Amino acid sequence: MILLYSLIALGTLAVIFGLVLGYSSIRFKVESDPIVEQIDSVLPQTQCGQCGYPGCKPYAQAVADGDEINKCPPGGEATIQKIADLTGREVKPLDGGDNIKKVAYIREDECIGCTKCIQACPVDAIVGASKVMHTVIIDECTGCDLCVEPCPVDCIDMLPVKGKPETWKWQLQNIEIKQIS
Amino acid sequence: MESLLEKIKAGVLWDFPGGVHPPQRKKLSNQTEISLLPLAEHYWVPVKQHIGAVNHILVASGDKVKKGQALTAFNDKMSVPVHAPTSGTIGKIEPHVSAHPSGIPALSIQIIADGLDEWCEISPKIHFRTLPKSDVIGFIQAAGVAGLGGAAFPTHVKQTPNQPCEILLINGVECEPYITSDDRVMREHADEVIHGIEVLAYILEPKLVVIAIEDNKPEAINAMEAACAGKANFVVRVLPTKYPAGGEKQIIQVITNMEVPKGKISADIGVVSQNVGTVYAIYKAIYLGEPLIDRVVTVTGENIETAGNYRLPIGTPIAHVLNHVKHDNQHNERVIMGGPMMGFTVLNKQVPVTKITNCLLIPTQQELPDAPPEQACIRCGECADACPASLLPQQLYWHSKAKEHDKAQAYNLFDCIECGACAFVCPSDIPLVQYYRQTKAEIREANEEKIKAEKAKERFETRNARLERDKQERLDKHKRSAELRKQSLNTDQSAQDKIAAAMARAKAKKAQKNSTNDITKTDQNAEPNTLENTTLENSAVEKNAVESNISQSNSPIKNKAQEAIARAKAKREAKLNNNASTEEQNTTAPPSHKVESDLDHSPNEPVEADPIKSKAQAAIARAKAKREAKLKNADATATNSQKASASDSASQKEAEPKPENQRAATLTHDSTIDSNNDEIASTVSPIKLKAQAAIARAKAKKAAKLAEESKPAAHSSAESDKTTLEPKTAADQTDEQVDEHLQTSTTNEPTEISEAMYQTELEIDPIKSKAQAAIARAKAKRQQKMAEQASVTQPENAKAEANIQFDAEAKSRAKAAIERAKARRDQANQLAHGGETGSSSITNTTTASSLDSESGNSEDENANQVKAAKVKAALAKAKAKRQKS
Ligand code: SF4
Ligand code: SF4
Ligand code: SF4
Ligand code: SF4
Repeated sequence: MILLYSLIALGTLAVIFGLVLGYSSIRFKVESDPIVEQIDSVLPQTQCGQCGYPGCKPYAQAVADGDEINKCPPGGEATIQKIADLTGREVKPLDGGDNIKKVAYIREDECIGCTKCIQACPVDAIVGASKVMHTVIIDECTGCDLCVEPCPVDCIDMLPVKGKPETWKWQLQNIEIKQIS
Repeated sequence: MESLLEKIKAGVLWDFPGGVHPPQRKKLSNQTEISLLPLAEHYWVPVKQHIGAVNHILVASGDKVKKGQALTAFNDKMSVPVHAPTSGTIGKIEPHVSAHPSGIPALSIQIIADGLDEWCEISPKIHFRTLPKSDVIGFIQAAGVAGLGGAAFPTHVKQTPNQPCEILLINGVECEPYITSDDRVMREHADEVIHGIEVLAYILEPKLVVIAIEDNKPEAINAMEAACAGKANFVVRVLPTKYPAGGEKQIIQVITNMEVPKGKISADIGVVSQNVGTVYAIYKAIYLGEPLIDRVVTVTGENIETAGNYRLPIGTPIAHVLNHVKHDNQHNERVIMGGPMMGFTVLNKQVPVTKITNCLLIPTQQELPDAPPEQACIRCGECADACPASLLPQQLYWHSKAKEHDKAQAYNLFDCIECGACAFVCPSDIPLVQYYRQTKAEIREANEEKIKAEKAKERFETRNARLERDKQERLDKHKRSAELRKQSLNTDQSAQDKIAAAMARAKAKKAQKNSTNDITKTDQNAEPNTLENTTLENSAVEKNAVESNISQSNSPIKNKAQEAIARAKAKREAKLNNNASTEEQNTTAPPSHKVESDLDHSPNEPVEADPIKSKAQAAIARAKAKREAKLKNADATATNSQKASASDSASQKEAEPKPENQRAATLTHDSTIDSNNDEIASTVSPIKLKAQAAIARAKAKKAAKLAEESKPAAHSSAESDKTTLEPKTAADQTDEQVDEHLQTSTTNEPTEISEAMYQTELEIDPIKSKAQAAIARAKAKRQQKMAEQASVTQPENAKAEANIQFDAEAKSRAKAAIERAKARRDQANQLAHGGETGSSSITNTTTASSLDSESGNSEDENANQVKAAKVKAALAKAKAKRQKS
């Protein structure tokens, strides 16, 4: 008899807790940030396709699906580190390419106004209209290189970004004072 | 607060954590009075010398300026102007090496001194107390006063705090070793400093004014105390010497025992602090009306014999200072701007003195030896003890070195005041501050990038959405118009006729093509071997001839353009030849050989410089060059990498420039002939130009299609390459370009276009040049496609094609083609005159042979045919127009 009671009591408890848990799993569902979004947010969003995917989001998806994490040259080591942290994978050296920051520059007097570069630019960083000179909005350019190829007269150069005093990196030379008598 | 003020008045002092006691070395420079140096020849005044917005420049190169005249405007709240340090002329306005450790050039204004040192009109405001406070603040801003102590924070901004000001703190601590400029100012200008403080006090109405001075400046303390005598709210506080007591946060802690909360400024806790130098500048701005154009700079170091303080105009190059103080002229002397703890070595001696330059330190090697090599951190904790901001420098160092920015920030990296106390005490000689500065810069950059990445992503997504929308709209439109067409097709009989005609045309063309292929095959074997050696030997001679031709031409611009064209073409031909020669080298000989003979009678007439035209030509050249590069790539797969062929191609390249240059010459020749021609339209017909552009566009498309279609028929594409290779010798020969195939028709059209174009050459017309550019583009695209095809083709084909050129049969065929083309053109004219509807049937029948050879199947074919017909109609119209006018 005692066995029966205890079984009933435990069974009832199990049902109650099961219901409570089931309800709360629906009611208090945590909207977790999917890993793809997280990876995408650490990619540089250059949309250059150097990773072999047609943009940063597809690469994020690919990483989430198990692709190598070291394929984004614009992001460089820092991005690899971040992805490694996110996915818990080994940090690997960058797979080819350099990650010197560059921006596109259109030699304006050579531009024939063909609009091909505008069509190529993934972030609409080029302004211009048919048959008039085009130019690059430096602040919007991600340096993805995609506009260089379509230009029929090769008037687009990729120039390294000039340093600013604000972001200049100090050399590790210091001025020693302590030896003074 | 009251009790705090009482305590301060009573002389209570607090302390800040950490701090170090570096050797002071102030005696070197504080013994002599502030003196002046002779005027420099020129001054470089950086446009932006303060934290905040960039100003726009009011002067232009060549302007005369008086001393004290404003050089920049100050439109917004955070900016202050800069002024001319002496009278003279504005020289260059350009980036000049900056007073920053990086030396990254900053926009600066050069003033060439006239030696008169004449003041502009200045208006002292001695009776500032009668003026509203905002006006006084305005005067301070207009005088360009920015914090002379360190960061050049615009002073007037500090004078408008949100909070009522309890304590006005005058910072005369000057804790950094070597520097004595504030010391000397207080000694020599105590009264003026007090006047300056009164101006500030008038604006801020503080309850108490505290003048803080370190106890290593007894003379300055005495002077200030004397000057303050009788002023109730003014107290002079003497601080024990400890570095960095002069830091704003530290001095506030020492005087008031309050800490400035993270992310706040001192004004938020009721304290406004100003440097003594700044106060002196305010005195000059208000009492004398003089803007901030000079400052007292300590020039010191054991290398300097006449170490002392100098009143240097802002913008004085350091080289000028060094020329006028006695010093041991070691050539590799270091110049440190600022003190030994927080200063930096300047990049070169043209760096100007700026508003924040308080010291120029020129030490001997013994005095400040180079930093010993960095050792590993031994975790001794000395740095943490020394840090005035109570940070954990060794942790910051670890994280900085590992580039763990998050963790470094978690350890409050941005609260580090970069005082250098930690590096000073570190037994392992680790340049800790440099690590922090580097990391800070990296973090700032990373943040910037993050923002940029977000922006880029947003733009990318918006763009994708837009493209998607456009595509959808286009699809809808097409659907609608297709339906409309269908309806009209069912009702319209003539449209059905057209389709039938097009199909007939396609059939005729196919038949013709077959016959040509046969001919080509027979040619192959009949070809005689030509002298390959002669060509190679001649190449150098020929090249010289070409060069002299080019140099004869009068117009340098044009010349350049021609050269560019020639180069580009030479490359292409070399490539093609090389390709052809992989199997048999002698096939390449004929074209260059022929060219050689043509060269002699090709006129190379000097033509007047036409910048627009030459620009267009340059564009064409570039486009072609690009195609070349492509072609090369494509060839790389097909070509044998034998040494023999490589060397051959090299020599071929040399030989090549002729045909191309010659062609360019011919074209220009055309234009000169045309210039005499009465038929030239003196006004540009926009319709014509439009037509040209349309042709170009259409062709590009057609070429693309063609390239796809002709894949199975390797012969035809190889031939097309051949035709482009053929040098044109005279204007009338261009029609001979007309060939047997469809490629022929495409190449023929460009010649017509160019004819048309060059006839309007004389008018310098941007529209025209645009049209040319468009054509160039189209050509480039088409040929690129063809080149790709060519790389697939067998070398034998190429050889066969080359042979054709010298083949009698081929010539006769060419003639036939010419006739066809002419007929076609006449017809096109008819078409143009006769109107659209009537002519359609005529076109169908007569162009059946000439329109020729698209080797594809009927449906695509039809589209192409229709397109070609349209193109021709446009072309004919253009011609008709020209003839009329
Ligand atoms: S390489 Fe990097 S920046 Fe370029 S598209 Fe791929 S993920 Fe984006
Ligand atoms: S301008 Fe060129 S390099 Fe810059 S983002 Fe656009 S396509 Fe990329
Ligand atoms: S430099 Fe920064 S970490 Fe080092 S002692 Fe100064 S405040 Fe502290
Ligand atoms: S003083 Fe130098 S060695 Fe000592 S803990 Fe700090 S960084 Fe390390």
